[in-house]
Amino acid sequence: MAETIVPVGHEPVGHEPPPEVTHLRHHFATTEQQLDASMLGMWTFLITEVLFFGGMFTAYAVYRFMYPAAFASTSVYMDVWLGGINTAVLICSSLTMAMAVRSAQLSRERPLVLFLILTMIFGTIFLVIKYIEWHSKWVEHLVPGFNFQYNEAPQYTHHAQILFFLYFCMTGMHALHMIVGLGLLTYLLIQAIRKVFTAYYFTPVEMIGLYWHFVDIVWIFLFPLLYLIGYHHPK
Amino acid sequence: MATIVQGTPEAVAEPVDYLNVSHTWKSWLFTTDHKRIAVLYLISITLMFVLGGAAAVAFRINLLSPEGVFSAETYNRLFSMHGIIMVFFFLVPSIPATLANFLIPIMIGAKDLAFPRINLLSWYIYVVGALFAIYAVVRGGVDTGWTFYAPFSSTYSNSYVLAAAFGVFIAGFSSILTGLNFIVTVHKMRAPGMTWSRLPLFVWSNYATGLIQVLGTPVLAITMLLLAFERIAHVGIFDPNIGGDPILFQHLFWFYSHPAVYIMILPGMGVISEIISCFSRKRVFGYNFVAFSSMAIAVLSFVVWGHHMFITGESMYSSIAFSILSFLVAVPSAIKVFNWTATMYKGSISFDTPMLYAFGFIGLFTIGGLTGLFLATLATDVATHGTYFVVAHFHYVMVGGMVMAYMGGLHFWWPKITGRMYSEAWSKFSALLVFVGFNLTFFPQFILGYLGMPRRYHNYPPEFQTLNVLSTAGASVLGLGYLLPIIYFLHSLKYGARAGNNPWGAAGLEWQIQSPPTTFNFDETPVVTEEAYNYGPVEEIVG
Repeated sequence: MAETIVPVGHEPVGHEPPPEVTHLRHHFATTEQQLDASMLGMWTFLITEVLFFGGMFTAYAVYRFMYPAAFASTSVYMDVWLGGINTAVLICSSLTMAMAVRSAQLSRERPLVLFLILTMIFGTIFLVIKYIEWHSKWVEHLVPGFNFQYNEAPQYTHHAQILFFLYFCMTGMHALHMIVGLGLLTYLLIQAIRKVFTAYYFTPVEMIGLYWHFVDIVWIFLFPLLYLIGYHHPK
Repeated sequence: MATIVQGTPEAVAEPVDYLNVSHTWKSWLFTTDHKRIAVLYLISITLMFVLGGAAAVAFRINLLSPEGVFSAETYNRLFSMHGIIMVFFFLVPSIPATLANFLIPIMIGAKDLAFPRINLLSWYIYVVGALFAIYAVVRGGVDTGWTFYAPFSSTYSNSYVLAAAFGVFIAGFSSILTGLNFIVTVHKMRAPGMTWSRLPLFVWSNYATGLIQVLGTPVLAITMLLLAFERIAHVGIFDPNIGGDPILFQHLFWFYSHPAVYIMILPGMGVISEIISCFSRKRVFGYNFVAFSSMAIAVLSFVVWGHHMFITGESMYSSIAFSILSFLVAVPSAIKVFNWTATMYKGSISFDTPMLYAFGFIGLFTIGGLTGLFLATLATDVATHGTYFVVAHFHYVMVGGMVMAYMGGLHFWWPKITGRMYSEAWSKFSALLVFVGFNLTFFPQFILGYLGMPRRYHNYPPEFQTLNVLSTAGASVLGLGYLLPIIYFLHSLKYGARAGNNPWGAAGLEWQIQSPPTTFNFDETPVVTEEAYNYGPVEEIVG
């Protein structure tokens, strides 16, 4: 579980600040219990997310095992450069998110706001690039169910369509999680500007940080599975 | 038991409790009190139970005659809506969202669940999901069965599959949030001295249920979503015409829906442990084994789903593995049944209504469980798959097991929830009706299935009529048995005698506090010093 980081030397030891500062809710005995419960709840939620994406990864594994050549043939249409840049952007956003959490734990208000804004900028860049990619797929008639044509290797049309469906489904779900994440970050930013977060109360920052890292990790798996198939598979 | 400092309720004419603390609509719809949310859930799932039951009444009437009353299309929609509503909108939330929601914080000495607002959110999500399901019913229903098998559901069905599937998808999140809340609550909110080995077994079984809800339900969600994409846009993922794999749908569906069977039975097992212990005046025999058998069931539940697919294109070797693993589930289940029986041995047994339901549970669940072994056997399953034998088997577990336990639990904790006693004579009479009606309904179905009558057909050969008429007659008795409690429970709210704090003389923290409890359950956080079910030697209590 997440270790609780004890603030270093900012407040006198043994002094518990009032509920306005710690945001201790009525049914918890201590702030530590409240933080522990929130963290365990977030981790449990992330496990449900793993299972949710797991269904799509299972479908991917099954179909890739059934139709390896058709899947490999789709790599021509995947923009490795844009995908690679997005991977780098997301890893940077994870770093800034981790810095934001640390800033909150140390009651450093200005760096907290700065790192939250940086994280949101990286997240937005990711989504813009994602939009460019999707748009080019639309132009090239690669959207299953709407305008799918597969001229690269017509014998693979049907099976490649399944991959492109999985591509849109998985990156779409991932992007949806990014958008939710940006909404949560906006909430954090407003609260941070209002100076709500201190070493005594940083639970939302840490929880949303966990969520953000999870969404990044999903992408780390999506990138090689969707963009690099052709590079692993002999033509 | 625990040392609890409590105000003396006798001193005041009408002590404040969670029910009478305020009476406005707003105070109910925006409450974060786990007890009020449990009551909201109780009302909602009862409505859905009545709706699902009405569908059952309709198709049992249809089966009175071999040629049927309704068209095949109507019949398909009736049994599908019965299955979808009863599984996703009644059985899955039944005990966790009502009794466990009410009792877990009290049983572990907490003021509330860890996330009270998420608890309320889960109820709203449930209601939205239920509205989708009701919309599907009103528009004309679904004819896919509760299993939504592709490609029928995704391509060929002309019914309201999307509305029902979205309803199931949405309701799943309410189930996830309930499970998540229980897991965190049991880990983090226990009162001082309430160690894991002192937890009531009801808490253990709902904790195990929470694990399954959290791990299984997201897979159902993504399965329903893929189904919806396939139905809306025909992307091909489950369409065999273009290389999609319908078997994949079944794997994903049963990866949730088999563990879901244990979501539906484990909480019931927890209720039975509480009731048997109380009305035998004894500690549950082999507490550790009963507790860990819940966990074992939760773990095993995830590795047996393939036994639903023995004849639908699964490889022989997978089938053998799934068959063996399915047999293994019998071990923890049998541990529970043996230990409940051993608990009663030389106990001081009294025959109050909750105990009658517990007796019914043990007998019927044993039949349901043992016939499950028939179906886990590969060769037998080939013959009985898709027959009424399967229908009878899972109704013995779901209705004979879970609904019996739910009714038993309601009768056991009703005095705590409402502060009132219901009519003892009527409740015993209706428990008897439920037992007789249930067996009359479903035992003939074992024979029908053994004789080869397939499930999900609106008509049947004339030689099956006698058994089908018996089954429908049983369903009428069963229906009455479920109707009576609704009447006498409602009656007791106004006219029932005051129950007092502990009408059964039961152990457990929930019986040490006022009935109905105050909003925060305890005036002071209790300190637990003893094990659960500390009833002491039987001889001392007798007389």
